[in-house]
Amino acid sequence: MQHGKAVSLEKFRSLQDKLLLLDFSVSANDGNVITAVLIYLKRTLSKEVLFRELQALGRTEDEALLKYKEHLSIADENKRRDFLKSCLSLPFSPEDLALVQDHYTLLERQIIIEATDRQAERGGKLPTKTMPILNMSLITTLYYCCFYHYSEAKNTFSSPLNVRQTFKISEKQFFVTALAARAELKEWLDVDALFTCRNWLGFTKKKSPLSFQRVVDVLQKNSAPTQVLQDYVALVDDAELRITLAQKHKCHDIVINTYRDLKDRQQLLGYRGKVETGSAEERRIDELLTNQQIRWKN
Amino acid sequence: MAAHLSYGRVNLNILREAARKELREFLDKCAGSKAIVWDEYLTGPFGLIAQYSLLKEHEVEKMFTLKSGRLPAADVKNIIFFVRPRLELMDIIAENIISEDKMHSPRDFHILFVPRRSMLCEQRLKEQGVLASFINIEEYILDLIPYDGDLLSMEYESAFRECYLENDQTSLYHTAKGLMTLQALYGTIPQIYGKGECARHVANMMLRMKREFAGSQNQILPVFDTLLLLDRNVDLLTPLATQLTYEGLIDEVYGITNGYVKLPPEKFAQKKQGEASKDLPTEPKKLQLNSAEELYAEIRDKNFNAVGAALSKKAKIISAAFEERHNAKTVGEIKQFVSQLPHMQAARSSLANHTSIAELIKDITTSEAFFDNLTVEQEFMTGVETDKVNTYIEDSIAQKDPLIKILRLVSMQSVCNNGLKQKVFDYYRREILQTYGYEHILTLNNLEKAGLLKLQSNSRNNYPTIRKTLKLWMEDANEQNPNDISYVYSGYAPLSIRLTQVLARPGWRSIEEVLKMLPGPHFEERQQLPAGLHKKRQQGENRTTLVFFLGGVSYAEIAALRFLSQMEDSGMEYIIATTKLLNGTTWIKSLMDRPEAQTS
Repeated sequence: MQHGKAVSLEKFRSLQDKLLLLDFSVSANDGNVITAVLIYLKRTLSKEVLFRELQALGRTEDEALLKYKEHLSIADENKRRDFLKSCLSLPFSPEDLALVQDHYTLLERQIIIEATDRQAERGGKLPTKTMPILNMSLITTLYYCCFYHYSEAKNTFSSPLNVRQTFKISEKQFFVTALAARAELKEWLDVDALFTCRNWLGFTKKKSPLSFQRVVDVLQKNSAPTQVLQDYVALVDDAELRITLAQKHKCHDIVINTYRDLKDRQQLLGYRGKVETGSAEERRIDELLTNQQIRWKN
Repeated sequence: MAAHLSYGRVNLNILREAARKELREFLDKCAGSKAIVWDEYLTGPFGLIAQYSLLKEHEVEKMFTLKSGRLPAADVKNIIFFVRPRLELMDIIAENIISEDKMHSPRDFHILFVPRRSMLCEQRLKEQGVLASFINIEEYILDLIPYDGDLLSMEYESAFRECYLENDQTSLYHTAKGLMTLQALYGTIPQIYGKGECARHVANMMLRMKREFAGSQNQILPVFDTLLLLDRNVDLLTPLATQLTYEGLIDEVYGITNGYVKLPPEKFAQKKQGEASKDLPTEPKKLQLNSAEELYAEIRDKNFNAVGAALSKKAKIISAAFEERHNAKTVGEIKQFVSQLPHMQAARSSLANHTSIAELIKDITTSEAFFDNLTVEQEFMTGVETDKVNTYIEDSIAQKDPLIKILRLVSMQSVCNNGLKQKVFDYYRREILQTYGYEHILTLNNLEKAGLLKLQSNSRNNYPTIRKTLKLWMEDANEQNPNDISYVYSGYAPLSIRLTQVLARPGWRSIEEVLKMLPGPHFEERQQLPAGLHKKRQQGENRTTLVFFLGGVSYAEIAALRFLSQMEDSGMEYIIATTKLLNGTTWIKSLMDRPEAQTS
């Protein structure tokens, strides 16, 4: 058959013979031969027997994933949700099962939030939205909740804290998302509150799972005013980095203070040229430069 | 004849001519005026074999793209479909045939399957009731397509996926067939070396196919001394790394397809003297890239950091050449200068193009993002903290950087660590799925199956040993005047090429232990040559090795092999063949289950 000659497969009658024929043709690697054999088998074996034999060759976890993949072709969200639910009984590995479970839970939640919010929108309780969250990723959904439902109590579907808890979102991911969402809305007080935490002495301390450099990045992307940026640039530990950032974002006071702390006269002098003539910053620099108390290192 | 194919040691024009001859024969078989209906996917590869002029010589008057509905009107006697053997295309063809107005303009139909006929497809046509309408149904065996004087590719995109994910060895069968065709034209290859499961299969098939044609002995004096078959999965690391050669970077950033690149038009707008550039072109600028372009041949394989200097040097040479017109005094000298003009103008235009391209690339390579990414890659390659969650990757996910960038990095970490610890593995998977969507479970699963992103097994991490023994990391790689193949990644020597290098000298016996650490068997086979065909090697004559990458190869690896060919005392010249020319991005994409959802 490989040489293009016509061959009769009829003499392979028993199931065993047919399976051997299939094995042989597969090892020959010629697609056309395999096809011809399969067509013959399809014709001469009952459906059940054929599928049973083919399934024995396959692997169950792969099948589960293949079945799961079909969800991509279901357009209607309710049907898709129901389909995902039915997938939960498939033979996934435990890790994959947990993820499919999350997927189902997420879509279910998204459908509820969409319905509730659409209604609220019509009733004028929510601004008109441009972002439908159906089928969006978990983090995108969290962003949405941080945007529109930030201060909601913990027991609603759209409360960011509830989302965080249900899906076990890492602290860092939650932080970044909440930061970005509140920054986009220019809610600087909310941003500030993210960092503040009371320790057992009752003092507040600024803490961040994200480097302050990255925080400044996010804030700057959302056009935070210099006063806001300044607060966070000031929290960058490394002096060099702090100066670079401060210069980049024109947080003059920080630059001035840092050079003062580093007792670097030359740099401070150099920076004088970068501030506005006659400004308060210029006067400050002059004051510092003439201050006899400071032991400049250069 | 294609100029760029004759430069190498092996004249690949022979292969191209053979392919053209077959095409001509088929076209003549469908006598009379004809129109070709193209499967769009084939137009690229075909363009490397035959241009429209050849087709016109054989009475091809019109060309259309295959699409559903009715065939466009054309006053031709024959309609020929040039298609891949895919079921969905059969349905379209059937639709075309059925909606033909047979009374008004009867036309003859033919099909040319590329690269092979398929019984399944013909069955489909039969089911649709149109099989009988075709007069000629043939196959056009286009396996290996010559891309340059030393480069052949099958452009078989799904080969890696089929072999390593789906256990489908069809691509290997085509590879073996392609190699048989090559041997028919260039002589039996006396020595075959290989590393990997697929390599073993291909070699077995070749030997079996040779036995089946035992009657006819190949009398051609062998051009190739050795064939080296390498599985892609012997070296999963190299394609993941960002290439740092000029051609490699062009491919990484813009993508090279069928020897062409499409570039943003702004930098290539024609500026007339004194005029402000008015309407900027909106169509991307398409440039052909091969060794026929002198300047490109010079700089393509250089490390990008050495390209600037090369361009400057060229600019001076071209300037000086144009200045020569002042020195031309006699009529003879002037005549000579004028005859050189076209060549000089082409050189100047070439220089302008590549200066623009280099500027575009430089904008990217000097960016912070590029630098940070490269730093992490090099950390992984040198074994730094490959067992922990990497902060840069974490941050990139949080910033929702393109998914493929993330997948390349985590795969690299996994490969360099021989699999990730359970905690790290779970963490990355979770973060990725939560950020980009749960449907990507499918992709992550595929990557795991391919060995790219997997759990640490009980076996120890052999990568540090392999790296040390094969000297994969060369600390002070000289980018300007390289002395080692590691220049292509500014420090990292591609594992696949190191293996090739060692095979030539001192031989694989010296790295038995390391070879055992890499997947798949390694082997050597000899093929009998007819008496009298054994080559008598002249003193100082180079041997020729055909290196076949099963599963894909990157431009940086090709550059590294060319470097080896050029080395003074290598004694070896390399011709490269592969199932597909790829880079990290296209490679990972081929393993995704839903390519359109990959960016976010």
